[in-house]
Amino acid sequence: MQEIHIVDIRKLTEIIKSKYGYDFTNYAISSLKRRIIRILELYKFKSVDALGKRISEDPVFFEEFISEITVNVTEMFRDPSFWRILRDKILPNILLNNKRIRIWHAGCSSGEEVYSMAILLKEMGILENSKIIATDIDDQILKRAKSGVYTVKNMELNEKNYVRFRGENELNRYFKIKNGLTYMDKSLVKDVSYRKQDLVKGGVFNKFDIVLCRNVMIYFNQNLQNDVLKKLHESIFKYGYLAIGSKESLIWSEIANKFIVANNEEKIYKKIKE
Amino acid sequence: MIFQGLHTKFKAIVIGGSAGSFQGITRILSRVPEDFPLPIILCLHRLKHVRNGFMEALSIKSIKNVVEPYDKESIKPGKVYLAPANYHLSIELGHYFSLSTEEMVNNSRPSIDITLETGAYTYKNKLIGILLSGANKDGAMGMKNIKDSGGFTVVQDPRECMINTMPSAALEMAEIDYTLSIDNIIELFFEIHKLYK
Repeated sequence: MQEIHIVDIRKLTEIIKSKYGYDFTNYAISSLKRRIIRILELYKFKSVDALGKRISEDPVFFEEFISEITVNVTEMFRDPSFWRILRDKILPNILLNNKRIRIWHAGCSSGEEVYSMAILLKEMGILENSKIIATDIDDQILKRAKSGVYTVKNMELNEKNYVRFRGENELNRYFKIKNGLTYMDKSLVKDVSYRKQDLVKGGVFNKFDIVLCRNVMIYFNQNLQNDVLKKLHESIFKYGYLAIGSKESLIWSEIANKFIVANNEEKIYKKIKE
Repeated sequence: MIFQGLHTKFKAIVIGGSAGSFQGITRILSRVPEDFPLPIILCLHRLKHVRNGFMEALSIKSIKNVVEPYDKESIKPGKVYLAPANYHLSIELGHYFSLSTEEMVNNSRPSIDITLETGAYTYKNKLIGILLSGANKDGAMGMKNIKDSGGFTVVQDPRECMINTMPSAALEMAEIDYTLSIDNIIELFFEIHKLYK
């Protein structure tokens, strides 16, 4: 593995910012560094400078770069206990005062979490009353999310998670295997709106009853986390919910006092103040 | 036992381990005194989908409390941290942790190499790396990073390990200051403790 310096990373993020408007300046440095080294090796660039030159000259390559620099490792029903709490406590609570549930998956990656949600809603009998918006910074991954095609190997893990979640059926009721790939039942997500959106640069575009942004902000530094959390706070109705990753925390953010803990173990927060 | 190369400038200890390391690590933690001054950062291979139980199991025998850090949590002197299940644990320049769900490294998440490498980058020659029993080569590269940065390196004696692939790989790849039994690793902790008093 080659060693790269922070000044090289800074130069690269400047090129990207001025040419394309994406701002990676406040991404968490050690994972960003590993992603850049990975890209250097994958495309056999000799240096970060060479990568920067290619990016500034080639917008098509830049799209590929975005796909590779973002982390897209995800699972269906990751943390099964989270999904149980959602089904048994949080969503019923939202339904006390609402007929419809408006849901935002912020940073939806390859879409496994969206399918998990759709399956959960279907099993609760409320999929038709729900509106899901799923966003990601990466066009390529949004295409994959929409296609609902996953590897058999990943689906084995998803099935294990689903069993731990204690779903109503077998997960294989929701997909078919063809030519060594699994194809999700697309009717589950027919009303889902998939959109390209950058949490860093993008503004507030709608309001939701629950926002899921799990293991997305871990790639940001604390300042950027704070900025993004302010936007997420604005995007949630009063008494709506925010779900973050099980090892993330609101404690350090400015909006911490505008939420109360709905479930500490699963890191689900309820907005109590505008 | 007399250890060469110890000083009072160390800022942290990172311990990596995998299969067969649980007993060793609990023996160490059962002896490390309450007022041991350095943070101890544990990166141990564990079941990816079992979030609870491991930290508690380590805490039972440990004198100090063992915690799984949150993303961006500051590293405090004297605390014992454990890499959470299914996340890589990085040590950042401002002396705090960050977590990530990146691809597995050496078939592992958490990967010991990632924690050791980022630790070496952050703490330079002020880091002690200890690698225990294990069944794969994760951690060997990280031990080399620590040595190359001027840090202090220790592996558990392969003859004592339940599975010695991990320390043996480190001995092959990096210059290791000491190859020690668990008893001697405990002595090393006592020596460091004395130095900082």
